[in-house]
Amino acid sequence: MADPDRPPAKDASPAPDAAPAPETAPPAVPVVAERGAPPPPTGVLGFLVRHQAIIVPLVAVVLAFAIGAILIRAQGFNPTYAYQLLFTHSFFTESGLLATLQKTTPLVLVGLAVAIPLKVGLFNIGGQGQLMAGGIGAAWVGYALRDLPAALLVVVAIAVAVLFGAMWASIAALLKTTRGVHEVISTIMLNSIAVGIIDWLINNGPLSDPAQPFPASHAVPEGARLTPLGVLPWGLPVALLLAVVVAWMLNRTTLGFELQTVGRNKFAAGYAGISATKTTLIAMAMSGALAGLAGAFELLQIEPYRYQNGIAGSLGFDGITIALLARGNPLGTIPAAVLVGAMRAGAPTLQFQVGIRPEVVDVLLAITLLMVSLPVIAKWIFRRHTVKQTQLAGSWGA
Amino acid sequence: MRNKVWLGTAVLVLVAAYAFYFANPNIAVSMFSNAWFLAVPLVLGAMVGVIGERSGVVNIGIEGQMLVGAFAGFFAAAATQSVVVGVVAGALSGIAMGAFLAFTTVKGQLDQIIAGVVINIVATGITSFYYESGKTIPRGLPNFDVPLLSKIPLIGPVFFSDGPIALFALVIALVLHFLLFKTRWGLRTRAVGEYPSAADTAGINVVALRLFNVTMAGTLAGLAGTYLSMEATSTFERGMSSGRGFLALAILIFGAWRPLRALAAALFFGFMSASASQLQASDVVNIPQQFINLLPYVLTLVVLAAAAGRVRAPGAVGQPFVKGD
Repeated sequence: MADPDRPPAKDASPAPDAAPAPETAPPAVPVVAERGAPPPPTGVLGFLVRHQAIIVPLVAVVLAFAIGAILIRAQGFNPTYAYQLLFTHSFFTESGLLATLQKTTPLVLVGLAVAIPLKVGLFNIGGQGQLMAGGIGAAWVGYALRDLPAALLVVVAIAVAVLFGAMWASIAALLKTTRGVHEVISTIMLNSIAVGIIDWLINNGPLSDPAQPFPASHAVPEGARLTPLGVLPWGLPVALLLAVVVAWMLNRTTLGFELQTVGRNKFAAGYAGISATKTTLIAMAMSGALAGLAGAFELLQIEPYRYQNGIAGSLGFDGITIALLARGNPLGTIPAAVLVGAMRAGAPTLQFQVGIRPEVVDVLLAITLLMVSLPVIAKWIFRRHTVKQTQLAGSWGA
Repeated sequence: MRNKVWLGTAVLVLVAAYAFYFANPNIAVSMFSNAWFLAVPLVLGAMVGVIGERSGVVNIGIEGQMLVGAFAGFFAAAATQSVVVGVVAGALSGIAMGAFLAFTTVKGQLDQIIAGVVINIVATGITSFYYESGKTIPRGLPNFDVPLLSKIPLIGPVFFSDGPIALFALVIALVLHFLLFKTRWGLRTRAVGEYPSAADTAGINVVALRLFNVTMAGTLAGLAGTYLSMEATSTFERGMSSGRGFLALAILIFGAWRPLRALAAALFFGFMSASASQLQASDVVNIPQQFINLLPYVLTLVVLAAAAGRVRAPGAVGQPFVKGD
């Protein structure tokens, strides 16, 4: 990488006398002190570099929509009209806004469920399975304990969902800490296993409601349904609050410090007495709990208030896109989730009104994910001032 | 010593298989054929992983590469009504997917795991967006008997009376083993995956070799997909790779990053699934179908937990190589 003694390049630092540290504002992004890091640039580039955590995702989204426009055009539709329709519906109609916010709720939570382990250097692909585990847990308790007072039932159902999600994620964490099984493979397998077990439970297993024409669990009683207040789903304030809490936990508490230290250098963390085993277990359990909570909200606040195939959609995988769009920042998951939620909520309208397949949203999100994760784009704008992202693949063989 | 253990195990398995065959030829042939039928995409997928990881590049995107191969093969065949064009398209799409992984990770230094996950998500998105129902291909790839070899009892009907891609999977595992351990390319590939800076000092172009290997390995992933949509079935379904790319990764680890052991591991996976289906079909036990379908995934976790500590990954797998770093 950059040589320690090399003078700053011309384009990077227009004012060489501004190099001494006191004059330059500290970067907003916590740049990991790197040997040979160039001095922070000033001027427009300096502004951009300091805000690259926001600028890279914005550029990625713009590029993705541009590529998406080409694809939509290739299908013979007008991309401007399609985008306009998509977002007008998602934000400016009552039903659309409700759908957007209902999608945003679990998306913020699964985004956090990916973002927290990323800080520890773990990649949780299992948000989907953890969400499903939470959803089926809520469905089970919501029907089995239907005689409880409604308010208590809601609390118990949510608690069980959180517990189920955390337990499902902990399997991957335990396999990692005790047997060294990489969490990417184990969480993917656990996703498939969750799909299979739940399919059995609601098809011919104990949770199935035989009165339904298709496989489904029993509905939770009416009192325990979290019907939205106008366009505001109950879960949204909870999800937003949790994003703030997670941000606080990561940046302001000992636990957060330990998690981030392990993520930056687990050997150094080990010398400092921080147990990588403990942090792995905690991070995965927290992440599973958040995904489980997302499952509970999917079940309790959206019709038909029962578990049936497809209610988890691709929320867990959208969580990966959201966490990477947010560059692992917990608060960043909020705008990212709103964007993804709006696209998901508007997709059916595209089909009804223009005839574009709703899968176009999958393509748009996939391209967004691609664009935001390609380091080339950040390097092209910021050159040597690019902030390094977490290295995940290095732990593969370990 | 280790080789003797392996040889012994192989002989034992063979003896057991033939004992089964002479006890009940029909069921034995159908079960082993089913096992190989299930194992073919896993073998090809695992070979993609072997080539990639032996060169130091993790490939989590095998799943997505397979899916694109299945898609491209099927729809190219449907559009041209030619199965040959389909197979070529499947293989070429695999190369394209391999090149994508190679250039983003080796040249662009994108984290390899993120790159793989991106491939999977992009593949799912693209294939479901461009999916069209109601297309058909003229026929699936035909089965044929290899002269002489197909006459061997048990082994003949299982391995040598299949379609071209199944036969190719068997051959490529043997060829790759030879290439990896007996040729200059193999030595260089292993060097690049174990200790790239040493390989670099010895004058090997690490970046070029990794780019070449990862790109060409994509062919096998594309063919694995083509097998799914044109040989095992003659239809394309959304998400039809259904986790096989990830099972292949587990097989690769279980097979200790060696082609022949991975072949054996894939057969083991196939055999376990085939026996579960057989048990289900013969009403010996009443297991819900969903649990039979889950078996490979559970088996993967068990196998990985058991293999941990016994096998060692190539030294530099997952790490980007920066010359002079």
